[in-house]
Order: sequence, then C-alpha cells, then structure tokens
Amino acid sequence: MTTTIERPEVITPEELGGPEGHHPDALHGDADHGHHEGPSGILNWLTSTDHKVIGKSYMITSLVTFFIAGIMAVVIRAQLLDPHTSLVSYQTYNELFTMHGSLMLYLFAGPFAFGGLANYIVPLQVGAPDMAFPRLNALSYWLYLGGVITMLSGFLVAGGAASFGWVSYAPLSNATNSPGAGADLWLMALALTGFSAIFTGVNLVATILYLRAPGMTMFRVPIFSWNMLVTAILILIAFPVLFAAVVMLFCDRHFGTHIFSVEGGGSPVLWQHLFWFFGHPEVYILALPYFGMVTDILPVFSRKPVFGYKGMVFATMSIAALSTGVWAHHMFTTGVVLLPFFSLLSYLIAVPTGIKFFNWIGTMWRGQLSFQSPMLFSIGFLLIFLVGGVTGVLLASPPVDFMTHDTYFVVAHFHNVLIGTAVFGGFAGFYFWYPKMFGRMLREGLGKLHFWFLFIGFWVTFMPQYLLGLHGMPRRVASYAPDTGWTTLNVISTLGTYVIGFSFLFFLINLMVSWRKPVPSGPNPWDGHGLEWFTSSPPPHHNYTHLPPIRSERPTWDYNHPEHRTVVHKPKGKKFAAPNKGDKETVGAPS
Amino acid sequence: MATALTWVDATAHRPLLSTSNYMSSPASVIAVNAPSTDPTDPSQHRVSGMRRGWITALIVGAPLVLAGCNAYPSYGADPGATKQGSDTFKLYSGMMTTGIVIGGFVAVLILWTVVRYRRRSDEMPKQFHENLPIEILYTAVPVIIVGFLFFFTVLTENNVDATQPVNATVTSTGRPVVDITVTAFQWGWRFDYTGLNVGVVGETTNGPNNKGPQMVVPAGETIQITLVSNDTVHGFYLRDFNFSRYAQPGVTNIFDLNVLHTGTYDGQCTQFCGLYHSEMLFSIRSVTPSAFESWASAEVTAGHTLQGSPSGAGNIPPPNTRTTPANAGPSVASSATPKQKASA
Ligand code: HEM
Ligand SMILES: [Cu+2]
Ligand SMILES: [Cu+2]
Repeated sequence: MTTTIERPEVITPEELGGPEGHHPDALHGDADHGHHEGPSGILNWLTSTDHKVIGKSYMITSLVTFFIAGIMAVVIRAQLLDPHTSLVSYQTYNELFTMHGSLMLYLFAGPFAFGGLANYIVPLQVGAPDMAFPRLNALSYWLYLGGVITMLSGFLVAGGAASFGWVSYAPLSNATNSPGAGADLWLMALALTGFSAIFTGVNLVATILYLRAPGMTMFRVPIFSWNMLVTAILILIAFPVLFAAVVMLFCDRHFGTHIFSVEGGGSPVLWQHLFWFFGHPEVYILALPYFGMVTDILPVFSRKPVFGYKGMVFATMSIAALSTGVWAHHMFTTGVVLLPFFSLLSYLIAVPTGIKFFNWIGTMWRGQLSFQSPMLFSIGFLLIFLVGGVTGVLLASPPVDFMTHDTYFVVAHFHNVLIGTAVFGGFAGFYFWYPKMFGRMLREGLGKLHFWFLFIGFWVTFMPQYLLGLHGMPRRVASYAPDTGWTTLNVISTLGTYVIGFSFLFFLINLMVSWRKPVPSGPNPWDGHGLEWFTSSPPPHHNYTHLPPIRSERPTWDYNHPEHRTVVHKPKGKKFAAPNKGDKETVGAPS
Repeated sequence: MATALTWVDATAHRPLLSTSNYMSSPASVIAVNAPSTDPTDPSQHRVSGMRRGWITALIVGAPLVLAGCNAYPSYGADPGATKQGSDTFKLYSGMMTTGIVIGGFVAVLILWTVVRYRRRSDEMPKQFHENLPIEILYTAVPVIIVGFLFFFTVLTENNVDATQPVNATVTSTGRPVVDITVTAFQWGWRFDYTGLNVGVVGETTNGPNNKGPQMVVPAGETIQITLVSNDTVHGFYLRDFNFSRYAQPGVTNIFDLNVLHTGTYDGQCTQFCGLYHSEMLFSIRSVTPSAFESWASAEVTAGHTLQGSPSGAGNIPPPNTRTTPANAGPSVASSATPKQKASA
C-alpha cells in the first residue's frame, strides 16, 4: 500500500479547565469546521475518504440490508404459520432463508459493526484524525456496497437467488445441483465483501496500533476499540480462508476442478472444514464488536468505570484465540472429526465469556443506573445473549449436538446469540453514538417502545423454536405435516415475529422525528467516558481541536469529574489498596 | 425361508457383546432363544449409578423445584427410544438442569443488580474497579464446571458412538447385529438389509402426506447402520432417538442403534439437500424379533431384495445408478407435487 499515514494533528491539551466549556455545540456538519476543502453534496459522498462519512455510509447501507433481510424473515415465518402454507413456493422459500442468513451475517452484522460504528467511533476513541489508510477505507465501502448489490441481484436472474443456505455446502452448491447464476452472484458477493472486510481489518489494526493520541497507551484504549482490534485480527485470520474456499468452489463450478466433488477425487467435507474455519471465527467477528459496545455503554449509565478492564481485554483475546480451534463443533454429526478435542475447546470458550458476564455485572454493581435507550438495549443484550450462551454450552457436547443439530433448537440458539449481539448490542451502540454522529438526540419514549416491543417479540418468537427443535422440527423446511404437532408453537413464533417487525416502526419514526425536529445533543449528552465525547457532535473534519490529558481509559470523564477518578476496589477489612501499578493514575478516595 | 422363532419379549433387554454361538445366512433369518436381561446386570448399574452421582453433584443446593421429583426432567426432549438415545437424553437433561441453574443464577444477578442499583440520587457512586480474588473466583469456578460437563460428555459420547463388530453375537439372542445400509438421495431413502437380502426404498416427493419409506427393525437388538449418500449431504435424524448423523458423499458412517421398545418412530432429513428437503421423510418401525423375522421373509418372498427390484414406491433406481436431478424446478416433482417454482 502506498497510502501515506496521516499523523494525527494533536493540539496540546489545555490545563484542566471547566468541563465542556470551550466546545462548539454543534448541529452543523463536518464541512463547517474550517479547513476541509472539497466537493459538496453527492460528489463529497462519492469521493470522501473521511472515516465519518464512510462510517455513516456503511451504517446506512447495512441497516437497509438489515431491513431487507428482516422482511425476508417475516415472509419465512409467515410461510411456517401453518402446515403446508403455500405463501411462497419451495424454491422461493429456499432462496429466502439463504438470502436472509447471508444478508444478516455477511452484509449486516459484520459491516454494521466494523464498517459502520467502528469506522466512525474507533478513530475518535483513540484520538486519531482518521483511519490509517483513508483511501483503502473508501475502497472497503465501495467493495461492500458492490457486494450487497451483487448478492441481492440474485433475485433478478433466471433460476433465482442462491438457495443452498448461508453455508453453501458442497456438493449442493456445485454446478449440477445449483446451476443458476444466483449461486455465482452469491460467491462473487462473498469475494467482494470478504475483501472489504479484510481491508477494514487492516485499517483498524493500523489505526489502533499506530494512530493513538499522546497518552493513549494500549491499556487506556476503550474496550470497544480493544475489541475491534481483536476482531480485526480475527478478520485477517478468517476471511482469507473464506475467499480461498470461494475461489475453489468457483473453479469447481466453472473450470472443471474437483476439489469438493467425490467423482474427481475431491472431498465435500473439505468445504465444511474450510467454511467453518472461517465460520466460527466469523461468529466472534460478529460478536466481539457488540460485546465492546455494551462494555462501553454499561459504565456510562452506571457512572462507574468498567469493573475488570484488563480482565475484559484478556477475556476477549482468549475468546479470539479459542475461536480459531473450535470450527468442527459445526461438524460433530459428520462423523469424521475428533469429537473430544473440539468439544473441550468449545466448552472452554464459556470461561472467558463467563468472565465477561461477571465483569458486566460488576460494572453495574453499586452504580447509579439510569435506563436510557442505550442502557435498556444493553441489558436486553445481557439477558438474551445469556440464554444463547447457555444453550451454546449444551451444543458443545457432541451427543446433545447429535440430538439437536439442524433442528429449530439450533435456529433458536444462534438467534439468541446473533440478535442478542448484533441487534440488541448493535442498537444499543446506535442509540448511544447517534448523538455523536448527527449532533441530535433520538427520542427516549420512542426508543423505549422500540426496546420493549423488540424484547418481548424476541422471546415470543424464539423460545417456542427451542421446543420445536426438541420436538423434531428440522431447520430449512418450507412446510411440515399437520400431524407433527408443531403447529401451535409455530403460530406463536410467527406472531412474535410480527411484534418484532412492529417494533422497528418506532425506530423508523424515531429517526424521522429526530430529523424533522432536531434536539441538539451537545458534545457529551450522556456524561460519557471515552475520548469521543470530548469533541463536538459531529466532530470537525479531523476530529479534535483539543484533547484532554489522557490518564485512564476514560479521559473525558476524568476531565469532567476530576474528583471522581477510578480507584482500586478496597477489599473488606484491609487498608486502602495500593495504587495500581502501571498506567492508571489512582487518586485518593473520593469519600 | 425364515426358521420358526421362539423369542422372549425383547422390550426390556439390552444386548451385550459376547461370544455365544450364532448362525447366519444371507437370505434367511435365524433366531435363537433369548433370555431376558437380568435387571441387576452390573454394567447397567455402573452407568446409572454414575449418572445419579453426577446429577447430585451438579445440582447441589439447586432448587429442587427445577428437577421436580424426577432426576431427569425432560425439558421438551424425548427420553430416548434407543439405548443410545436414552444415554443422550440423560446427558441433555443433566446439562439442561446445570444450565438452568447457572443461567438462572446469572439472570437473577443481572436483574437484581439492575433493580437494586437503579439511580436514586445524583450522588456519585464509588469509582471502584478490579478485585483480584473475585476475578480469580469467577474464572476458576467456570473452569471446574465445564470440566465436569466435559467429563460426562465424553462418557456419553463413547456410549453413543460405540459399535459392535458386525459379526458379533448378541448373548441374549444369539444373533448377529442387523446390518442395514442406508442410502440417502434427493429425495428419499433406501434401506438395504445386507445380511437378509432385503431392500426397501422410497421417494418422498410424492406429495406432502407421504410419510416416506419405513425401516423395520427388531426391538431390543443391535442394528448397525451404514450411512451413505448418493448425491448431496443429508441428515439421518429421528427425534425419538435423540440422534442424527450426516449422510455424505465420500464418507461412510457406521453406528449402532438399539431400539428399546416396539413402536413407530418418525424420521426426517435434517441437513438441507435441495428443493424437496422438507419432504424427505422416513420412519422406523420396531417390532418384536419374531415379527421382524416374518416381515423379512415376506419381503424376500415379495422380491424386495438387495439393490434389486423396487419396493412399493415404483420405479426408483437403486443407489449409485441414479442421476441426480437439478434442484431447479417442477420437472423433478412430476405431476405429484403441487408446489411450483414462483416466477420471482
Ligand atoms: C429479526 C428477527 C429475525 C427473525 C424472525 C428470524 C427468523 C429466522 C428463521 C425463522 C430462520 C430459519 C429459516 C429456516 O431454517 O427455514 C432464520 C434463519 C437464519 N437467520 Fe434469522 N431471523 C431474524 C434475525 C436474524 C438476525 C439478526 C440474524 C443475524 C445477524 C439472523 C441470521 C440467520 C441465519 C444465519 C439463519 C440461517 C440461514 C440458513 O439456514 O442458511 N437472523 N431466521
Ligand atoms: Cu462455531
Ligand atoms: Cu434434506
């Protein structure tokens, strides 16, 4: 790469002054802040290399993708409302769940986190003027947008979109079984977004490692940015493997190779290995950013520092390390993998995940909790992800996996995980940082309505699916017989989906209201902790005109509450604990 | 062709591997008198004693309400119609109890924290963080818990995956395991009883009310399934057996099933395999060994033999000669299926 790194233009921090005094309360956009000269309007958008513009583009695109995939979910559930409903044909149903899963995972949950929120927030959190490679960042977005369009265009070609599930198992995905162009478009889309993810990963690593503001040591980087660093490394491990697998499959389909076909001496199981070697780290690529968001949000609304900062960092790193060694837990029923090994490693992931839970609880412990929308969504995340985590531990056991594999039990499990993280965590992050990005508030009442309908709708939709799976309903079925006894639970699940769908009306209205009748947010509406709350909302072109002294992972808080800095927990019966060694400045008890 | 049978009701018995004599010939079924299983069989005792100890250990102090009076609450699952399936069920039940206790504890902790520490004043909370003893505690305890879970997982897994040599004799019955090759294809199943020269095949794209082909097996005996696929990956799954296994091209999977009771159990393909995946049904009917004998000989008489003539369903070619249709459309369904590809 020949792109030059722009060094952050850091202005010497002023002495500890009055909180928030000198910040321009802003409703005006980036261009208003002086030294940015460039085209405006659509040309600005097309040519921008500003991480904030790219981040917003990513976010809008991925939210649109989320809504499209969500509408597909509603159609899927409507089809299953009754046995033998024929709302859509079998073929269409198969296309719909394939596209629903693919859009949600490849094009929403990932890009929303690392292309959208992380792109916007990480440079702000570490005090950088932009991403390390701004032009590469723009390329990422355009590749991603190309990927979205490519994947959706499958619906327009003869033969329809890809219909082999989001995992595209060989040999169902070969040229004989999936002859249409839809399958090729699906592969192309993965190649495009794969590269976009890799470039974003490179960018995040470089930004977090090299563009931190003076004073921002690694152990003062906020947890969200830490998690993005680890996520980015996982992206660099996983996505090249996916790309390689996609190329191989493409060669099988078009160039007569037999990498995944038995006839030519290849191995269909090899596809599963390659895919899941990508696929399981991908699960954490999707989860870690949202863990990070929640870890940044809980302290703000508890008015306390995160409980075990280093514990969180090490938990994240061990989750990432373990996640590269558990892929075959998706293949227990193939009969060709070493069960105890993959089972044990999968179980072990529960340990750092448990550490995170106790840290989240410890963060709220003896705090002063207030329940604005970001906090509500974060608590929703905790409860929903908890159930996904527990059922995940069950699935780490090969015999239990045998009995539930490819049934609705698994569908319920991964929605518990994915909706917990990407939807509850993601919307927590969105409600939290929206004021920073747009300089205006979202309405609390509408946010709470959104939360409660979504939260209740979630349980109504997915708890019955656990039971359906245990009662034997396989996933990816377009119909079922009336005598299976699955009808009632399916009806409940579908009604829950309608509630979920309804909840997003409040979200859309909220956006509209905030757009029509803006309520200015000011730089720091939540009494935030991270550096990002120090600058104006939205931030000026290169993010900072001033920086506070950075002495902990929450410089803005320290600046605003000089008398309430972090102290080491005082164990009972002992004298006040010794100051933390290392980077954290520990001051006396606030009494 | 089958010899006359004298068979003790086999519903309660579990075959054990032994070296007693047996006889077998490819096209006939031989049965020997079967003593019923001794309920005090030490090998059974060992297993259930261990399980009971485990449950006790894991839910010490847990609200007994959860488990009720039953050591193995079902939590929506079937207790398992096979020996293997009931092992799995007990593991599932124990793990679910553990999960509910631990998950419940954490959930209550979260909710309690949320309610207890809701903002009541503008007073600033103490800005504490870190507490090494607690951090060590909440790292070590989960390690121990997953260690337990892993231990019992491995025990169960070994039981479920154990296979007997095909020619092994079952003490109680004196007969070799029933060896059935199951071939999955788009979209149906073929069951070949290798030792008995019986072949059953059925395709399931004949409309939504078709229940697919039926595999008949003797209750209480060891059935050894050799699972293969003719085209894509399929999933051989029976809810009541708490079991599934992929049928994959290029892979031969072998596993044993010991159906405990007589009855009919629905099965279905669970791994997505193309257009008619949702209709790829089958069932297993477990009958007394004597009924099994007569069924097998009747099948042979009817000409439903290995890889040979079709069984009931008509013109389905035997495995490995059938060309796979593209999953694209109505042509595969012929006249029978009402579903048509939408012009999306
Ligand atoms: C918003 C509410 C949602 C509903 C009601 C919903 C519903 C469903 C249903 C019913 C299926 C099973 C289809 C089948 O097996 O026949 C499914 C599959 C799936 N969903 Fe969702 N979903 C939702 C959101 C999400 C989200 C947010 C994600 C990921 C971030 C997601 C990822 C997936 C994936 C990966 C599959 C598997 C697709 C496949 O089998 O290939 N879903 N969804
Ligand atoms: Cu995984
Ligand atoms: Cu199938």
